[in-house]
Amino acid sequence: MDFTYDEEQQALREAVRGLVGKSYSDFENRRRTVAEDPGYDELLWSRLAEMGVLGLPFDEAYGGMGAGPVEVGIVAQEIGRVLAPEPFLTSVVLAGGVVALAGTEEQKSSLLEAVGSGETVLAFAHAEPGTRWVSTAQDVTASGDGDGWTLTGVKEPVPFGARADQLVVSARLGDGGTALFLVAGDAPGLTRSGYPTFDGGRAARVTLDGTPATPLGSATDASAQIARALDAARIAACNEAIGAMQYALSATSEYLSSRKQFGVPLKTFQALTFRAADMYVSLELATSVATWATMVLASGTDAEVAEAAARAGLQVSRASRHVGQEAIQLHGGIAMTAEYSVGSYTSHLTALDHLFGDGQLHLSTLAAGIGDHDEVDPLA
Amino acid sequence: MQLELSAEDAAFRQEMRTFFTTQVPQEIRDAVAERRELTKDQVVASQRVLNAAGLAVPHWPEEWGGRGWSALRRHIWHEEMQRACVPTPLAFNASMVGPVIAAFGSQEQKERFLPRTANLDIWWSQGFSEPDAGSDLASLRTTAVREGDEFVVNGQKTWTTLGQYGDWIFNLVRTDPEAKKQAGISFLLIDMTTPGVTVRPIELIDGGHEVNEVWFEDVRVPAENLVGELNKGWDYAKFLLGNERVGVAPVGSTKRVLAQAKDYARSVSVAGGLTLLDDPLTVARIAELENELLALELTALRVVAHSADGKPHPASSVLKLKGTELQQAVSELVVDLAGPASLASGAGDADSDLAGWARHATPVYLNLRKASIYGGSNEIQRQIIAKTILGL
Repeated sequence: MDFTYDEEQQALREAVRGLVGKSYSDFENRRRTVAEDPGYDELLWSRLAEMGVLGLPFDEAYGGMGAGPVEVGIVAQEIGRVLAPEPFLTSVVLAGGVVALAGTEEQKSSLLEAVGSGETVLAFAHAEPGTRWVSTAQDVTASGDGDGWTLTGVKEPVPFGARADQLVVSARLGDGGTALFLVAGDAPGLTRSGYPTFDGGRAARVTLDGTPATPLGSATDASAQIARALDAARIAACNEAIGAMQYALSATSEYLSSRKQFGVPLKTFQALTFRAADMYVSLELATSVATWATMVLASGTDAEVAEAAARAGLQVSRASRHVGQEAIQLHGGIAMTAEYSVGSYTSHLTALDHLFGDGQLHLSTLAAGIGDHDEVDPLA
Repeated sequence: MQLELSAEDAAFRQEMRTFFTTQVPQEIRDAVAERRELTKDQVVASQRVLNAAGLAVPHWPEEWGGRGWSALRRHIWHEEMQRACVPTPLAFNASMVGPVIAAFGSQEQKERFLPRTANLDIWWSQGFSEPDAGSDLASLRTTAVREGDEFVVNGQKTWTTLGQYGDWIFNLVRTDPEAKKQAGISFLLIDMTTPGVTVRPIELIDGGHEVNEVWFEDVRVPAENLVGELNKGWDYAKFLLGNERVGVAPVGSTKRVLAQAKDYARSVSVAGGLTLLDDPLTVARIAELENELLALELTALRVVAHSADGKPHPASSVLKLKGTELQQAVSELVVDLAGPASLASGAGDADSDLAGWARHATPVYLNLRKASIYGGSNEIQRQIIAKTILGL
């Protein structure tokens, strides 16, 4: 048992920190970037590709780096620390992860290499109006057979759905199963309306109307692979949230030390420093569970990964709200402004909390299973 | 990074588990499982079983019975002991005075006290807190004045846990009233049968007798009972309190009680032929506590894996703070599961049809209110985090 990074992992962290920090440690630059489409820095994206970050989780056979969840977690944390708006989580980890789990050899070769090189941005079009955080498709349907398939229905919200070059779309089959399809960005019968999200991200409504699609893998039920890919993305999102919380806490500590009121620094007031101490407690506990879940993802079965994702998701959800809300409160009014960074961290933490499932979802999953075990043993 | 224990550590864990569940008398483990108060004889008997196997003081120097284990192995030893309902070795002996004598005592003191301390032939009490010196321990006023080969001790200690069983008491006493607060304090060992030592019980809200006042009136203590140097007692106390914080998050026992709570919930019927374990709010509460305990356990593992040179990791304050909060929250859950049966706290086993766990639930809950106060109150822990970690 070991919770520390090895030398290569530390080097990766420093390299990514240097690269994304160059762009976004200046918060004004992040504001400018998210104000304009596509909502992230294409040049930085290609630099991340050159560094190998975009192919990090994919097998070397598909042009990737063959790295594991720990390395993905390191990148996600660094992205979270500076609130980098690049779609690493949704395009590489989630959409790329779906392809890696469900694609044919040929699809994996061509698509994952294109994702890793930064040539293709993928979006996973899965969420539908009226449902939340399930691993199946409901109202988007697929019809056809062999290679001749068409999709119909609405997917929303689809992260980076308007910018994406290709879409991975989940759709219901006639037999009730959920299959996966590839849809080209310029396919006929595809309409995409993109819009900004409250945290500076991008999402879209994607309308499919008899849109031609190619099965990703075989056109059979893939809900198990979708569930696994969502769990992996949840764990990566937890890491991104940890990075964002680290920044929010250190910014708050610095502010309490430097800001004067009533002629003295705010840190003179114990009512404030105790709340900062409680933020630290929340962050440490969340870090422990997120790190553990990341390691479970590296070696666990689907069921173990699902449980670990729920446990990390619950802890990180609670911590994100606590740390984010307190960061604003302890800063006071300045944190409500868009030009000061800390409120934006809370905004992004809120987005991460609702992307793949919030604390209540995870608690409900865990509560349903408490009769199955006596104690939770993380070392079993 | 690696999730699994090494094969050696996993085997060690199994070895501990087997020992604790087969070698410690079952009736003692049953008493812990049912959360009954242990008798002095039970605590002594259990520690002697451990000591005979070299498991009572593994963290001491090897010369005095220590095992030279890694911090991780000590953690595993501690957790498995709690999981198996084995009483942990008396903290005053094993975690407090023993390590201080081993580190700072004279050779003669080590030979005289350490073997008997490890085997609980001497039951030690702690004489630190005073009526006006709780978290602000350095304000203590009990004096020790040198007269020839003796110190004459006068003053009052309080919150002396299990002092009614104490054979000896280790004290912080003021030996230089002129020096600044922390500078004039010494660490003195006192035989509690010495004339002038009086122990008076303090009755607590749980109805039990666990703590005491200890009065010293012209108590004559041989000067050879001074540990280390005169007026250096504060350094030894800090060393001791550092040790105290390491094992202060009782993860193993809190997990065990929470696991038992599921059985308790299953045994309580509610409307519609269901049990409390079918109640959505009850299961959500259990699931939330389980997750927080997992977070605490993993944090403890992170801390033990990284504690360098035996110094406590700065995040160990998180363990004290959260560990005691969760211990209290689980005890509160058990009272709520007991419901009306919790009122029967005064009923003995022969007089009541109600389950023992339900009858003991409230005294335990009330007793555990102390956990966020002792060992450096949780407010002190927040202060430590704010100052030393966040730089505030």
